[in-house]
Amino acid sequence: MALDKTGIAKRIAKEVKDGYYVNLGIGIPTLVANYVREDIEVEFQSENGVLGMGPFPFEGEEDADIINAGKQTITTLPGASFFDSAMSFSMIRGQHVDLTILGAMEVSENGDIANWKIPGKMVKGMGGAMDLVASAENIIVAMMHTNKAGESKLLKRCSLPLTGVGCVKKIVTNLAVLEVTDNGFKLLERAPGISVEDIKNTTEGTLIVEGDIPEMSL
Amino acid sequence: MINKKVANVHEALQGVSDNMTFMFGGFGLCGIPENSINELVKLNLKGLTCISNNAGVDDFGLGLLLHKKQIKKMVSSYVGENDEFERQMLSGELDVELIPQGTLAERCRAAQSGFPAIYTPAGYGTEVAEGKETREFDGKMYVLEHAFKADFSFVKAWKGDAAGNLIFKGTARNFNPAMCGAAKITVAEVEELVPVGTLDPNQIHIPGIFVQRIFQGEIYEKRIEQRTVRQKS
Repeated sequence: MALDKTGIAKRIAKEVKDGYYVNLGIGIPTLVANYVREDIEVEFQSENGVLGMGPFPFEGEEDADIINAGKQTITTLPGASFFDSAMSFSMIRGQHVDLTILGAMEVSENGDIANWKIPGKMVKGMGGAMDLVASAENIIVAMMHTNKAGESKLLKRCSLPLTGVGCVKKIVTNLAVLEVTDNGFKLLERAPGISVEDIKNTTEGTLIVEGDIPEMSL
Repeated sequence: MINKKVANVHEALQGVSDNMTFMFGGFGLCGIPENSINELVKLNLKGLTCISNNAGVDDFGLGLLLHKKQIKKMVSSYVGENDEFERQMLSGELDVELIPQGTLAERCRAAQSGFPAIYTPAGYGTEVAEGKETREFDGKMYVLEHAFKADFSFVKAWKGDAAGNLIFKGTARNFNPAMCGAAKITVAEVEELVPVGTLDPNQIHIPGIFVQRIFQGEIYEKRIEQRTVRQKS
């Protein structure tokens, strides 16, 4: 069984370690916050200017002045802080944020990522994505293995305009966990019930399979 | 104390004219200078270049200026939360320059701080870096990005005083501090203009030296773009 979006988020949550400052992108990455172990201390950063983001407010307690990067109303947790956009990106470019999780339309086997623009369609902009991918040491991409047309999103070369070059380290899809290496996508784990063959068939870029590939535990 | 207080938004916007470049604080609709924007709509200036992270929604924020076709060019990191914007962009009426969010903030800060340009890794190897100078430092590539030049910057704070000192609230801070002093004239509007001496100097986010004019906004709608809540269990 391929994972659903929640499954991908659950698997990525296992990458979040005690003491991490984490920036979550919009979409599947946002779900990761729901599945982080409760016995570790993690702070979520939102690039519009908050560290120590909490859950959505209860109805009637929304504050127009407290939102996340998706413009959603949020709350803060004890120990939280607010800051301006320049300082926020100092945290990001300065590599003070330990882990960045974001979605992608395409990833190439050398770690390039494309996630902001489809030529011919309305372009909304890159927001903070280019700053995040250019700077973060530890970037995990959360995405489906194939697009809606069934085509691989793990490519030899990205076909869409790039967001960043050679920056992605790890990818968690509905089918697999993969690491970007000098020689291509190294298969680390399979989704439950998914075969290595299934993954080979849906990966256009170079896939490296060494020994037995374990199933993910969620 | 050097007095920066002006009577109202009308006085605060003295000197604005067609074809100027303006900076606007705010992220989405959070922390935008609502009163200054509404006044610019009334003044019906044309040919404006607007530096702002976003472009508002159809009937609020910079969307109001777009609706009246007052904007010639937008410099933003994320746009298109409004239909009129999309229409004008696709028809070629509106020029749009998209730049990474951190670069946008830092180009404001550079203007504020007296740096002509800064090197950033953001956008290297992408179309954002096309035609720009690049340079390697310690094995990593960076793109040279220039400080903005603007005629006015319009910012919004929570509290301020006649000395121009500002305190922001929550994530409404966003781009506002970096835009203070980043244009020839900085106009700050505040929800609450308090008597000089009542703000604790230890708590000031932006010292008055970066602000030329300050006024208390008449009305703040403070619209929420995405109202998300959880249920009490």
